[in-house]
Amino acid sequence: MKKLLLSAAVLTAMVASSAVYAGTTLDAVKKNGAVKCGINTPFPGFANQDEKGNWSGLDIDVCRAVAAAVFGDATKVKFTSLTAKERFTALQSGEVDLLSRNSTGTLGRDTGMGLTFIGANYYDGQGFMVKNSLNVKSAKELDGASVCIQSGTTTELNLADYFRANNMKFEPITYEKLDEVTKAFDEGRCDVLTSDQSQLYSNRITLKDPASATVLPEVISKEPLGPFVRQGDDEWMKIVRWSYYAMVEAEDLGITSANIDEKAKGTDPNIKRFLGLEEGGDANLPLDKKWAYNIVKQVGNYAESFERSVGEGSPLKIKRGLNALWKDGGLQYSPPFR
Amino acid sequence: MTDPNLSATPQTLSTVPSKPSFWNDPQKRALVFQVLLVIGIGILLWFIFSNTLHNLEKRGIRTGFDFLSRPAGFGISQTLIPYTEASTFGRTFFVGLLNTLLVAGLGIIFATILGFAVGIARLSTNWLISRIALVFIETIRNIPPLLQILFWYRAILPLLPGPKDSMSLAELFYLHKRGLTIPAPLTEPAFVWTLWAVLGALVLAFLIARWAKYRRESTGQQFPVFWTVLVVIIGLPTLVFFLTGSPLNWDIPALRGFNFQGGLTVIPELTALLLALSIYTAAFIAEIVRSGIQSVYKGQTEAASALGLRPNRTLQLVVIPQAMRVIIPQLTSQYLNLTKNTSLGVAIGYPDLVNVFAGTTLNQTGQAVEIIFMTMLVYLVISLVISMFMNWYNKRMALVER
Repeated sequence: MKKLLLSAAVLTAMVASSAVYAGTTLDAVKKNGAVKCGINTPFPGFANQDEKGNWSGLDIDVCRAVAAAVFGDATKVKFTSLTAKERFTALQSGEVDLLSRNSTGTLGRDTGMGLTFIGANYYDGQGFMVKNSLNVKSAKELDGASVCIQSGTTTELNLADYFRANNMKFEPITYEKLDEVTKAFDEGRCDVLTSDQSQLYSNRITLKDPASATVLPEVISKEPLGPFVRQGDDEWMKIVRWSYYAMVEAEDLGITSANIDEKAKGTDPNIKRFLGLEEGGDANLPLDKKWAYNIVKQVGNYAESFERSVGEGSPLKIKRGLNALWKDGGLQYSPPFR
Repeated sequence: MTDPNLSATPQTLSTVPSKPSFWNDPQKRALVFQVLLVIGIGILLWFIFSNTLHNLEKRGIRTGFDFLSRPAGFGISQTLIPYTEASTFGRTFFVGLLNTLLVAGLGIIFATILGFAVGIARLSTNWLISRIALVFIETIRNIPPLLQILFWYRAILPLLPGPKDSMSLAELFYLHKRGLTIPAPLTEPAFVWTLWAVLGALVLAFLIARWAKYRRESTGQQFPVFWTVLVVIIGLPTLVFFLTGSPLNWDIPALRGFNFQGGLTVIPELTALLLALSIYTAAFIAEIVRSGIQSVYKGQTEAASALGLRPNRTLQLVVIPQAMRVIIPQLTSQYLNLTKNTSLGVAIGYPDLVNVFAGTTLNQTGQAVEIIFMTMLVYLVISLVISMFMNWYNKRMALVER
């Protein structure tokens, strides 16, 4: 009896202590010695895994930039692969500190789930991929089609809305993992694969015969993809947000990982301020003064990250499009670093 | 010197022993501790509950069950009840639940039939048949069910042709990658009479069986119950069906656009899941049936034939009723396993409760605590109902000692 009561008391104490769980995310990250980053299951361009298990890609670079800012070392990241269904729960529960997993920022997610959307590191839109043999030229011809989708995505909702708005019927076939979706499409379980356009292009190159399928021209939604953090820790949110801005700002200032040391010797006050070389820097973040320097030096600017992950330097060859800098007609824009 | 206590002894012995103090009465003490324990557990549960609520609120995560009445906005491939994208999240719960129950129910029926057949084959005196059954059992039950599901879905299904060149039987049934398309029945209002006739025939069959049993017990005469009942159950509804003017039409499937329109399509996810789970569970049931039959002492069979019962009557009246006592409790746990294994369907995208409700709905609403709680509760209730039914059946079949 005594034992039972004792164990009940211990359990109570344990539960109580979790209630007063405090400490900032930054403290926890420093204590762990690594940023716990939630990423996609291997997904060409955004989260590639090489044969040694090393990760690279556009979403991976966000994790690395944050690690470079916090530790001055872009390799101090612990990656966790998450399916679409698991991702938000993993972030809410503290299993990861940062979610960089091509997730769409929406009102519901930003306000109802205890999460904060940082900003779009990739502007995307939902599209359709069909087999050439079906001879379909437009999404409007898809009435009655079987559609493969990944479950637990905004894609699933947009798809239903689009077919409803156009008075068409469809048979949804949902899988948990992206490669299952692709396989089902390849095997002919469905006529259409729908996803964000970036995913369609990267799925297409994993098909048995990539030339057998086409991406239709229609884009049916806005999909601003970007990192999420837990709500309620503003300090951490600002570290992540400005780490991403630093990459964009570096491109804007023409600083690359290759020319950064040379630029640092120059006299441009904007660049000096950005790199933390000028006294009276304006950043009030609990980070090393050279945090932005570390990001650009170790990860590169946004253009470098984009080109080697999904752009001309990759098999995907995606054009910058919406993801060009604001001055080149795109949407990537960083507030000034001052 | 006289001890006052000693001198008083005879008196105290003669009276009723005085009440022990409250703390020395084991019954009362136990009661107090039990009450304390219940209060303690209650406080603990309340604490966990309020702590969770508090933390969810603090982190800005929506709580409560309001989400059940919000529109879901996503599609589901197999719905047994009317469902559109405009239906609520609450409705997705029932759609998923019914899909789970469909697989569990059909799986239990198929696994039982196949399991009994294989179990009896295992005891066959024919060497070949019993060996085939042995190989079947040993192969199937040693491969994890998830692999078997993936085998049917990923290895067998892609071998089928696409809908445009599907295998067809009499232009009515079509087998293709996207399932089995069959004509769907379209009923007219008068069809309700046929349904009543089926119900009537079942009641009649039950009464005939009761009467035949009564007659056998009082006069010892046999009555061909099986054949009579068969004629009643098939004959009566058929008669009524034609008398009311065949109020049933068929919706013949036709290939239009991408897929078959009309008719009824059994989705391949259901087929694969059902095949895998039925076969897997059947292997276990076969062994249970074999052990049950072998547990009946050989003397029983010999005694029955000494009394002049023919072999199949012996099986029906002597062996099976006694074997059932051994079989039923183990069968219960196999049924429970099958039901819980239906959640593996998520691996191939079968829209069951875990996939639809604890999957998509959870992700769209972000309310993990409520949704997982509801899902666990459902599996608990289904399992308890199955074991309650099997316990009741077991009690009925148990040996009545006279």
